[in-house]
Amino acid sequence: MIEIAHVSKTYADTVVVRDVSLRIPRGGVTSIIGPNGAGKSTLLSLVSRLLPMTAGTVTVDGLDVTQTPSDILAKRLSILRQENRVTSRLTVRDLVEFGRYPYSKGRLTAEDRAHAARAIGFLGLEALADRYLDELSGGQRQRAYVAMVLCQDTDYALFDEPLNNLDMKHAVGMMKLLRRAADDLGKTVVLVLHDINFASCYSDTIIAMRDGAVLHHGTPQEIMTRDVIRDIYDMDVEIQDVRGYRISSYYI
Amino acid sequence: MKRLLLATFAILALALISLLIGASSVSLSSLLLFREEQGTAQVLLASRLPRTLALILAGSSLAVAGMIMQLLTQNRYVEPTTAGTAESASLGLLAVTLLAPDVPVIGKMLVAAAFALAGTALFLRILKLVPLRSPLIVPLVGIVLGGIIGAVANFFAYRFNLMQSLNAWTNGDFSSVLRGRYELLWVGFALMILAYLAADRLTLAGMGRDFTTNLGLKYRRIVAFGLVVVSMVTATIVVSVGMMYFLGLIVPNVVSLLVGDSTRRALPWVAMMGAGLVLVCDIVGRVVYYPYEIPIGTIMGIVGSALFLILLFKGRGRFA
Amino acid sequence: MRETRARPIRVLLILTAIAVGVIVLFMTLNARGRWDFILPFRGMKVVSMVLAAYAVAVSTVLFQTVGHNRILTPAIMGFDSLYILLQTSLVFSLGSARLTALDPRLLFGLEVVTMVLFAVLLYRWLFSGTSRSLHLLVLVGIVFGLLFRSLASFMQRIIDPNEFSILQDRLFANFNSVESDLLLVSFGMVAVASLAAWQLVPVYDVLALGRDAAINLGLDYGRAVTTVLVLVAVLVSVSTALVGPVTFFGLLVANLAYQVAGTHKHRFILPVAALLAVICLVGGQLILERVFAFDTALSIVIEFLGGILFLVLLIRGIAR
Repeated sequence: MIEIAHVSKTYADTVVVRDVSLRIPRGGVTSIIGPNGAGKSTLLSLVSRLLPMTAGTVTVDGLDVTQTPSDILAKRLSILRQENRVTSRLTVRDLVEFGRYPYSKGRLTAEDRAHAARAIGFLGLEALADRYLDELSGGQRQRAYVAMVLCQDTDYALFDEPLNNLDMKHAVGMMKLLRRAADDLGKTVVLVLHDINFASCYSDTIIAMRDGAVLHHGTPQEIMTRDVIRDIYDMDVEIQDVRGYRISSYYI
Repeated sequence: MKRLLLATFAILALALISLLIGASSVSLSSLLLFREEQGTAQVLLASRLPRTLALILAGSSLAVAGMIMQLLTQNRYVEPTTAGTAESASLGLLAVTLLAPDVPVIGKMLVAAAFALAGTALFLRILKLVPLRSPLIVPLVGIVLGGIIGAVANFFAYRFNLMQSLNAWTNGDFSSVLRGRYELLWVGFALMILAYLAADRLTLAGMGRDFTTNLGLKYRRIVAFGLVVVSMVTATIVVSVGMMYFLGLIVPNVVSLLVGDSTRRALPWVAMMGAGLVLVCDIVGRVVYYPYEIPIGTIMGIVGSALFLILLFKGRGRFA
Repeated sequence: MRETRARPIRVLLILTAIAVGVIVLFMTLNARGRWDFILPFRGMKVVSMVLAAYAVAVSTVLFQTVGHNRILTPAIMGFDSLYILLQTSLVFSLGSARLTALDPRLLFGLEVVTMVLFAVLLYRWLFSGTSRSLHLLVLVGIVFGLLFRSLASFMQRIIDPNEFSILQDRLFANFNSVESDLLLVSFGMVAVASLAAWQLVPVYDVLALGRDAAINLGLDYGRAVTTVLVLVAVLVSVSTALVGPVTFFGLLVANLAYQVAGTHKHRFILPVAALLAVICLVGGQLILERVFAFDTALSIVIEFLGGILFLVLLIRGIAR
């Protein structure tokens, strides 16, 4: 369980995250939604110790993220940020094998290589494994990064807008894959998403943020209502039932 | 206008200090030079006055040259030592010293100016190739280009035992200024007056070719005029007293902070403060390790880079 | 997988062969006189060049890994000049009498420790800024370098001539009279630094992924960066003490290494860069000294080529 207690993040004069308290249980897919500047990505960075917090505590299975040695945490929790610009010239396999660093410290065993191969297989990247990252399309590269995170084999995997720069087909493919990671591999997947319909169709829980605070927290059924969406986005949208999923048509 | 008058008095006061200071060392050297007892008046005329005049002329014209470059490139970090101009002038001077050592000093200056012009033109060509993602890349290119040209000069100077001369050209020093050896600086000063008269056109040219042409002005001619002035000023300084780092960068920037960006209004201030800064640095260099002198190039190196750093850190909101 | 590993190994073998060849040539070519005199004399020279080359190459590659780009190097960021400033300040504040009384090994150690302290403080502060632009960093580094050098030359002016000559001896351990003491201490420093550095080879690969990715993989990022900066400071002290400051040498070698090696794994890049540095330095010296028969102009040639490479990197927009 990830337990977030009274967490705040302040820069000079602006509050980005404001006294957030949350519990994200083990297992399943949790999506964080909200308008631009709501503090979603910052919250994810605080949970994953990429940023120091101004106040509050975050524990992952009882381990305080600011106190626990980084390498121990790296076996429990992984994060994929939005912007991944690697300056090194690496092959897909090189990149995925970095996911084993917390275990191998750079000296790969046969078991580590097997892990990497499984992650590559899970993402369907076998044919591209020895290609260089800069030769791949955006979607393929994104899959390679996800494979690295899965190869890290942590119970908790955090993704900051994993659908960025993906077309419809690849976006759906990515969501199905993350769903499978939760269902088949038993991971706890936490996502920041922009598209509320993806959040609705693929999550077990949705957390809605606005102005640095958590506004709503519940199942897709509870969040995907006219009143709640208006509350979050200041927008009046229609919610429809499509094959048992709640879909909002906010385009017109 | 009142403030400008006040500043003029301040410069005059500094000039007076500059004339009076270092009495013993100057009279010592004048003794050696004239080999007999001489009146103070003659010392004053032969060495002290020329030095003070040289300081004022060099300081003001170099600061104005920096301002012209900043107007033309629309970049606040460009000046003769951040655009390859100064190093090119030294290279030219080295070339003429090696190939035609008997050319009179005015000819040497013209060759140096031609090299400076070519070097600056090369700098502008390279800038066209560089993706300009930030204004800071411009001085970066200029400093490195200056380094490359400086390496060429070093190579030949080393080969032909002229390192000492090259050092003198690249490191400002007014201690050997005497009557008859600084007058070239008046040329730079005259060009500075010319630049003042053309100030508005230079400002317009800085706004770009389309803008200038639209107003019925000949863009290329104005830019060429500006570059010729800058190259000549740089060459006169390199030939007679040696370069001073970042002077043409700091002074216009500080002036723009104080009196704003109108060229016509700022230009007298730039000239004034350039002269003032050089006078102060020279006085410091003469008193700090009295009776020995520290060349102004070294003092300016410290003051110039320190102020440049401050401008980089503090002024980023303004300049970047 | 096999293929990607075969090439770096082949490259390493070829470079090792060339490096050995160049060293053998340097030791034996144009040897007139007694071998038992020539061999130790030239041997000292080669050892000091190899040490310096190795130190420059490794420190540059590591620094670029921490800085996440191919254009920043310790020399460009003013590390060399900082070392010279520290050494001058030491002579300045202690005086030559007390200095010569000190054990040179102890002294060198003292210098390196001070250097590490200053470098880490200064550059941690520079790198800690969350969103400083790369161009700002480079420009600040260059101007810092200039400031350090001006300060050093200021102090050198004030030191009395005797102490100055001692300083000059120490600043540029010229190849013809490398003190064996200094060489021994340098060798010890490099050996210790290397032992520490090679332990961390996998860490560099992770650092190269970027800050967030490195933290995600469980790296103590702040500690890793500090460790690398300490190593860099030690290595730069050694190389500057041995061959003096050369601004663009590291840039040249590191970029060449990435081109040649065919991989970005540090366990290949580091030795490839070191071998290339040895070939360039010993080979360049060989050509200049034995073929063209002039002496220390090598650093000038390197400055020229490195400056051009730097401009090319800027033009191709590699420095973001």
